[in-house]
Amino acid sequence: MAITRDEVLHVARLARLELTDDEIERFTEQLSAILEAVAKVSELDLSDVEPTAHPLDLVNVWAEDEPRPSIPVEDALANAPDREAGFFKAPPA
Amino acid sequence: MTWEPVIGLEIHIHLKTRTKMFCRCEVAYSEPENTRTCPVCLAHPGSLPVPNAKAVEWTIKLGLALGCRIAERAVFHRKNYFYPDNPKGYQISQYDEPLCVDGRLVVPGPDGEPEVGIVRAHLEEDAAKNVHTGSAQGRIAGASATLVDFNRAGTPLVEIVTRPDLRSADDARRFLQLLRQTVVELGISDAEMEKGSLRFDVNVSIRPQGSDELRTRTELKNLNSFAFAAKAIQREVERQTGIYEAGGEVEQETLHFEPGTESAPPLRSKEEAQDYRYFPEPDLVPLQPPAELVERVRAELPELPGARIMRLAAELDPDTATDLVTSGRDALFERVPGDRRAVANVLMNQFAAAGVDAAAVDPEEFGKLIEARSRIPRERLIEALAASGTPGFLADDYLGDGLMADTSELEPIVDRILEANSGQVEAYRGGKEGLLGFFVGQVMRETQGKADPKVVNELLREKLST
Amino acid sequence: MIDTLRLTAEEAMGLIERGEASAAELHSAYLDAIRERDGELHAYLRTVDEADGAGVPIAFKDVISSRGVETTAGSKILEGYVPVFDSTVATRCREAGLPLIGKTNMDEFAMGSSTENSAYGPTRNPWDPGRVPGGSSGGSAAAVAAGLAPWALGTDTGGSVKQPASLCGIVGLRPTYGTVSRYGIVAFASSLDQVGPMTKTVRDNALLYRIIAGRDPCDTTTVEPPQPVELPEREDLKGIRVGVPKELNEAEGIEPGVKEAADRTIELCRTLGAEVGETTLPRSVEYGLACYYLVAPAEASSNLSRYDGVRYGLRVEGENGVRSMYERTRDAGFGDEPKRRIMLGAYALSAGYYEAYYGQAQKVRTVIAQEHAAAFRSFDVLVSPTSPTVAFRLGEKAENPLAMYLSDVLTIPSNMAGLPGLSIPCGLSEGLPVGFQLIGPQFSENTLFHVGHALERAIGFDVVPGRLQ
Ligand SMILES: [Mg+2]
Ligand SMILES: [Zn+2]
Repeated sequence: MAITRDEVLHVARLARLELTDDEIERFTEQLSAILEAVAKVSELDLSDVEPTAHPLDLVNVWAEDEPRPSIPVEDALANAPDREAGFFKAPPA
Repeated sequence: MTWEPVIGLEIHIHLKTRTKMFCRCEVAYSEPENTRTCPVCLAHPGSLPVPNAKAVEWTIKLGLALGCRIAERAVFHRKNYFYPDNPKGYQISQYDEPLCVDGRLVVPGPDGEPEVGIVRAHLEEDAAKNVHTGSAQGRIAGASATLVDFNRAGTPLVEIVTRPDLRSADDARRFLQLLRQTVVELGISDAEMEKGSLRFDVNVSIRPQGSDELRTRTELKNLNSFAFAAKAIQREVERQTGIYEAGGEVEQETLHFEPGTESAPPLRSKEEAQDYRYFPEPDLVPLQPPAELVERVRAELPELPGARIMRLAAELDPDTATDLVTSGRDALFERVPGDRRAVANVLMNQFAAAGVDAAAVDPEEFGKLIEARSRIPRERLIEALAASGTPGFLADDYLGDGLMADTSELEPIVDRILEANSGQVEAYRGGKEGLLGFFVGQVMRETQGKADPKVVNELLREKLST
Repeated sequence: MIDTLRLTAEEAMGLIERGEASAAELHSAYLDAIRERDGELHAYLRTVDEADGAGVPIAFKDVISSRGVETTAGSKILEGYVPVFDSTVATRCREAGLPLIGKTNMDEFAMGSSTENSAYGPTRNPWDPGRVPGGSSGGSAAAVAAGLAPWALGTDTGGSVKQPASLCGIVGLRPTYGTVSRYGIVAFASSLDQVGPMTKTVRDNALLYRIIAGRDPCDTTTVEPPQPVELPEREDLKGIRVGVPKELNEAEGIEPGVKEAADRTIELCRTLGAEVGETTLPRSVEYGLACYYLVAPAEASSNLSRYDGVRYGLRVEGENGVRSMYERTRDAGFGDEPKRRIMLGAYALSAGYYEAYYGQAQKVRTVIAQEHAAAFRSFDVLVSPTSPTVAFRLGEKAENPLAMYLSDVLTIPSNMAGLPGLSIPCGLSEGLPVGFQLIGPQFSENTLFHVGHALERAIGFDVVPGRLQ
């Protein structure tokens, strides 16, 4: 097993996924197979290679500090599952 | 055994740019909730960040003021965590390639001029504002819901991290005062704790004096004033000392201060360790501050408050020098003639209490007040200081001997002056109460400084209110 | 009566220009076709009834935001979500007068190669409804192939335009990374996602690419293509150097019929006057897939964190507090494939694993870019089959994620390097279309269109699926 059940539970918690027992079992198996396959990248000695984060060589792309109109509060809240007055409403922290 | 505190600070400062860090919504502090938002700062699917050029420039400016090296290449990273105030599920911040690194700030104090290392100053975005409802004072504990306002989400923040170079609560306070004054004078932030535009956390540990070990530290959060922070640090140092001396071990934890009670219950010390899974923000390209930009910003730097404190500390003492500079009264101080200690004392005490704008004061006239301060009644000095920012203020008006205190003598003069200045009277009644000093000045002039300011004040107030 | 089955976008434009059909008539002809044929295919998730624009209608993959039109990315977690803003490509299409006709089905969050991962049911291949259309832009591919849209937009992260284009017998372009704005495109993997045109002909493809390409101030990773987009005319390949990367053409798992069709097309390149030679991309092909399945899930795990039930989309209340709401919402809202990739990505980025997985994958990415750059010193285009197989049966790979991932083994390497790729149909194998992939250096779209057009003319592939003729 490239990944243990506990590790699957750990990443599920990190990613805020509540998994059923059935899912944990299935994902442990599938993720193990996938991880074994992707671990192939470690076969290469790339100690002298620079990482690529981005395919294009761009730098310093920014915008001037000029305000643009915000959206109406009704648009902001249009898709909210729950709201109170002008606020988004979420369960307590 | 003597114990030595080891203190480091992490400070967050809002930049007062017109727009947010990664979208062009206006930054606003008192607008109705969720009226300064857009798809970007609400993290709608598909929206993308665009950095604010001014925020980049101002971070460089601050970095230079703190003696930092400006990185040739800086990279935005994502810091991943879930919280209702964090709309994308990650904060765009900087990680191992920050914009400014390796600076220092000299903070004159009674025991010398300790140099506080600046590990880094980097640029990031603020979170939204959560309001916890259904519990006392908007606290998290016992709340029944979280209401979220995204107006603040995405406000540019500079995070400054110091080395653990501070050795006392007072040094920490002085450092914070100086840093705050520096950003205010650079014109890049209001740095007001009440508004939340300046926030800081403190890391505290202690060690035997003379050793260079670093022991377990605790983190003090949510400190709402410099003075309170100094108190909290002092108390934490004592708490840790107590633990070690009883043979115990300090536990790594976060102490979250409740402003009302000044208590600090530990927060999430037992919770699973955070794993922020930082990685380079793929929606943004790197920053490579052009040399011309850095040099232009460097050339524009004003004389910094730290340098002025050093200069003044030489003739006064570090605390007074710090107070003068961080209150913005040092420029007046330097121009007022007379005994240095006396000028400083009056500026930091009676003058400060009068709330007069130092920039409006004529230094020569002010010098006369200082010179005469022991000869005139205390109340008269206070009256004079209160009027010292008024245009045309003359010290002599307050320094005469035989005082006119007779109402029947003063009343006609007052009436005449009010009649001759009906425009100002109207303005005063319309709310410009600062004009009182003007009327006082006129009466003083008319009486060649002989009127008793106290009586004049009373008379004026009475007549102006009817 | 307009017959949408065979009509290209260019021909449809001609109808409008000559006054033989109005935009509204075209729009309703396509709506009729959808009513007639989409019951079986399920290429669309929803249609737009009114033609808003005077031009040829267009379909968008359901990751492309259009103000006021529900956009789900094929996921339950976005059911009912209606964008309050337009994506930049939607704005550009609107400005070009192209009315949106509908939103097409897709693998959830563009994660998949068969469109079976849609939370709203699979799309079927117009050539054989028992088979998948490919994915993740399977709905767009099927819609164009079945005459349910003259053209459509898809998105391509690891091959999601090229591979379904191949499996449905149409033309699909994955543009050079950064030439088309991602603003308003529901993100999967930011450093790889790219919107691409899906069309019946190469010329249609160039026409649509011309509309959507260009720097966008809302997307800091975009650039203006250095040359204007040219409509291909030439039908020969004189002066073109065609490189045949050994590994892409001899990879394990390429079906014999696919190999044959691709080899015939390579021969055709020679006939049309191209210089053809062998080349090699050893590490790109061997490590590309592994590299991709670290980089893309890592970015996805972060990009999908915003679906938290607070501002939009699904919310499932928890027992206590916000954390259990998050966990229930995300468990109920995401299907298996997003869950797998979110966990895989979180794992690859987590403390202690970052260097070995994500960090190493980023270095492999450098190697892949270098290998391709070396090949392009000798060749103008590199060619291979687009997909190792023709369209497979529904359910055939559904239980085996790794087998499904192999579907993109030939498209992924060049995607990792940000390179453009064009897939054109090059023939049939077992009665199903085979796609031929043309890869060029960055910004070489004009060359790809030229080569693709010349081959298209010479091949004479009939894009109308036999069973619909
Ligand atoms: Mg921070
Ligand atoms: Zn905004």
